[in-house]
Amino acid sequence: MLDQFDARLDADFPPVDPVRLIAALKPLLPPENLKTQAEALRPYETDGLAAYRSLPAVVALPETVEQVQAILRVCWELGAPVVARGAGTGLSGGALPYPGCVLLSLAKFSAILEIDALARTARVQPGVRNLAISEAVAHLGLFYAPDPSSQIACSIGGNVAENAGGVHCLKYGLTVHNLLKLEMVTLEGEVLHLGSDAYDAPGFDLMALMTGSEGLLGIVTEITVKLTPLPETTQVLLAAFDDVAVAAQAVAEIIAEGVIPAGLEMMDGPALRAAEDFALAGYPKNAAAILLCELDGAAPDVAEEIARVSALLSSCGATEVRLARDEDERKRFWAGRKGAFPAVGRIAPDYYCMDGTIPRRALPNVLTEITRLSEVHGLAVANVFHAGDGNLHPLILYDAAKEGDQDAAEALGGAILELCVSVGGTITGEHGVGREKINQMCVQFSGSEIDAFHALKAAFDPKGLLNPGKAIPTLARCAEFGGMHIHHGELPFAHLPRF
Amino acid sequence: MHTSPGSDLTEAIAERVRAGGPLRLEGGGTRAFYGRPVQGEALSLAGHRGVVDYDPSELVITARCGTPVAEIEALLAGENQMLAFEPPVFGVAGTLGGAVATGMSGPRRPFVGPLRDYVLGARLMNPQGEVLRFGGTVFKNVAGFDAFRLMAGSLGCFGPILEVSLRVTPRPRVERALVFEMVGEAARTWVTGLMGRPLPLSGAFHDGARLHLRLSGGEAGVAATKAELGGEDEALETWDAIRHMTHPVFGAPVLWRVSLPPTGSAEGFATTAWDWAGGQRWLTADAVDPGVWERAAQLGGHATLFRGQAPNGEVFQPLAPGVFNLHRRVKAALDPAGIFNPSAMYGGL
Ligand SMILES: Cc1cc2nc3c(=O)[nH]c(=O)nc-3n(C[C@H](O)[C@H](O)[C@@H](O)COP(=O)(O)OP(=O)(O)OC[C@H]3O[C@@H](n4cnc5c(N)ncnc54)[C@H](O)[C@@H]3O)c2cc1C
Ligand SMILES: Cc1cc2nc3c(=O)[nH]c(=O)nc-3n(C[C@H](O)[C@H](O)[C@H](O)COP(=O)(O)OP(=O)(O)OC[C@H]3O[C@@H](n4cnc5c(N)ncnc54)[C@H](O)[C@@H]3O)c2cc1C
Repeated sequence: MLDQFDARLDADFPPVDPVRLIAALKPLLPPENLKTQAEALRPYETDGLAAYRSLPAVVALPETVEQVQAILRVCWELGAPVVARGAGTGLSGGALPYPGCVLLSLAKFSAILEIDALARTARVQPGVRNLAISEAVAHLGLFYAPDPSSQIACSIGGNVAENAGGVHCLKYGLTVHNLLKLEMVTLEGEVLHLGSDAYDAPGFDLMALMTGSEGLLGIVTEITVKLTPLPETTQVLLAAFDDVAVAAQAVAEIIAEGVIPAGLEMMDGPALRAAEDFALAGYPKNAAAILLCELDGAAPDVAEEIARVSALLSSCGATEVRLARDEDERKRFWAGRKGAFPAVGRIAPDYYCMDGTIPRRALPNVLTEITRLSEVHGLAVANVFHAGDGNLHPLILYDAAKEGDQDAAEALGGAILELCVSVGGTITGEHGVGREKINQMCVQFSGSEIDAFHALKAAFDPKGLLNPGKAIPTLARCAEFGGMHIHHGELPFAHLPRF
Repeated sequence: MHTSPGSDLTEAIAERVRAGGPLRLEGGGTRAFYGRPVQGEALSLAGHRGVVDYDPSELVITARCGTPVAEIEALLAGENQMLAFEPPVFGVAGTLGGAVATGMSGPRRPFVGPLRDYVLGARLMNPQGEVLRFGGTVFKNVAGFDAFRLMAGSLGCFGPILEVSLRVTPRPRVERALVFEMVGEAARTWVTGLMGRPLPLSGAFHDGARLHLRLSGGEAGVAATKAELGGEDEALETWDAIRHMTHPVFGAPVLWRVSLPPTGSAEGFATTAWDWAGGQRWLTADAVDPGVWERAAQLGGHATLFRGQAPNGEVFQPLAPGVFNLHRRVKAALDPAGIFNPSAMYGGL
């Protein structure tokens, strides 16, 4: 299990006396914003990946940037690890506390500071929920495009730290494409501004580097996001297939046709049946796979694209193509997709949600291979994914109460991620590396690449105290877990001790 | 998809890099006017060329850095695809590496995003002559820090960018160019309002006398927008002149590019022309006035001396001290001995 941090393989800090740490933090915050009692720390011991748990020494809930600065200075001076936390919906253990760390919660930074309708921007604090931004600007005919499925709960700060994606990303981009400006605090307590209110900023694009950095480089305290005009018309097509590979081929054909859907999602048989039982979306339950294809834009263009895509889907072998008749039916089609995860939760005691991306052309082969791996490891898999951008979410069904099931689920998950890398993809498309995929990083990256990541981290955080043991493995960890490739028979990192 | 094998100079480049620096990285030489002059031995990357992979249904092209941008665009056009960010091309020799390293985006930028948004991955050479791969060929990838995005506009400060994977987009089915008699600020206000609506806009440029708009999209959407907006039709070639900066407004001994919040004030700038719906302003002069940097900062933007020589040798907007310090640390992280394009961006970086 990976939830145990290992000082030999992760990061080794001289222990910080919790009494001293708490005494240093106390004068900085009102008492109710500093949690030190075991029962008050419990809710923070895990994020959305509940199998991983560990307790911080203290939870700090600052309300001002000055308080964030002061807390970080204390951590810097005492050498205390510090882990940022948004809403805790992360699925890779990114906000999992390093044992005995300071957990810095941004929950109280929940204000929308400014909306500029003309410039189509919003300046917000990191604790604002993703969906709250779109709700606050809907009356202006605008929305914030990146929409992770967790958007009701997740924070925009967490979205920046994870470079979160969602259904709309194929057309509207990821978090990184929808940011203008960040305010961040370094571990040394310095406030920096990256990006600008103009279309670009001078110097290196450090804002892009911060995005997706999983809390390893600094604490984000303010974000200016780009808003997008709500499309005039939105329509969705549902296509059923009796072969998953044929559905996968249809995805490639739609893209090659020159259409960029606002969303292009696929579910295989087990997933769509679970979703249908849960949400009564009206999905054809006997299909081997369904595609949902959403098109938006100016009404006449959407009408034309609907006609083209419908014809294409039929000629690609869809057994049925349905246009949602009205807004109600459109919402129902999506409710099924959005409810797919909880729905799968009803057909198995536990499931493990994976997240890898592959080139679209590899879809048919990868799906076949996942089926084979699922048989080898003796666990069923339901597939739900953002087909338009090749982002897979295989859901591994298991029973934690059954001896060995959890280990088998982890082994199967690891095998699926390595499969993604082997076809030219990546071990994470949107959930991040966090603690969960730290070993698979050694499969995707060489030792020199990991060295470069460490050098970049040290440029921001020379003491390595920000979210240690996450996202970027140490070379000792890679050596231990054998993910590194050996070239010309030379053992990489021969100078490192083996365990 | 058939791709050209091109020529692989990786080992030759590595040998040169391992021999030490400082090195002045060269692509096609077409953008040599841009940035600060570099004191160093030339390392030419123009010969490292060829498209490595292109699959239209993946919307991705991967090519070596020395591949001419013009060649890439011709290949894409054959499949009815394009580089949405429309990099300016200053002649046939302009390379992909030079385009990424300078990070310039064309007129479509406010509507579709900058070059940086289209870089999916890159191969970079480190000072040991090793090839590092960051990002990849897929759109969604959050493994590791996004060092590949950092390469866009880095002016070669992190070393030779050997190979780049770019996201490409389908060409719009219809394009139309319109021109309006309208003064600059009134035109900007009007365009800003239009951008709050889902219209098929793909360019908004003011040449000092007239507003030029470009529409791109489906037949019906473009026709409806044209009917609503009015204006006179003009040749689409106007947009090539804007994109490649061959339009007469760019001809002056000193040329400043001022990037300003597009809905804010531009007071104090007698700009010759603007692009990016008012976000990118062009200022021509006979002599360099360093006060431009100060005024740009006051208005929430920044200025670049695009052509001309400043007395202090600087070209880009001075950075806040904390941010500059971080720049030095980030540069040192990837190039500790400072062998790649030293001071190409700022003195001492
Ligand atoms: C015979 C001759 C002699 C010359 N002598 C000199 C001289 O002494 N001094 C001088 O300053 N110029 C000289 N030049 C001009 C020279 O061509 C430019 O200085 C040089 O900058 C060339 O192109 P470029 O890299 O700007 O290419 P561009 O492609 O225009 O590159 C623009 C920018 O991107 C960087 N870059 C390009 N490709 C990559 C890449 N793959 N990876 C990372 N960064 C990249 C470059 O370093 C540069 O900062 C000479 C030219 C010729 C033909
Ligand atoms: C049901 C469900 C569906 C999901 N669907 C999607 C999806 O479609 N797409 C997607 O991308 N993700 C999805 N996720 C994952 C998760 O919601 C996202 O990763 C989200 O961005 C996390 O935000 P958070 O506020 O909960 O962050 P947390 O979980 O609290 O933290 C995540 C990481 O960000 C860091 N962090 C948080 N705030 C800051 C800050 N202010 N400064 C610096 N670092 C910070 C933390 O240290 C941690 O490393 C889903 C999760 C669930 C439970």
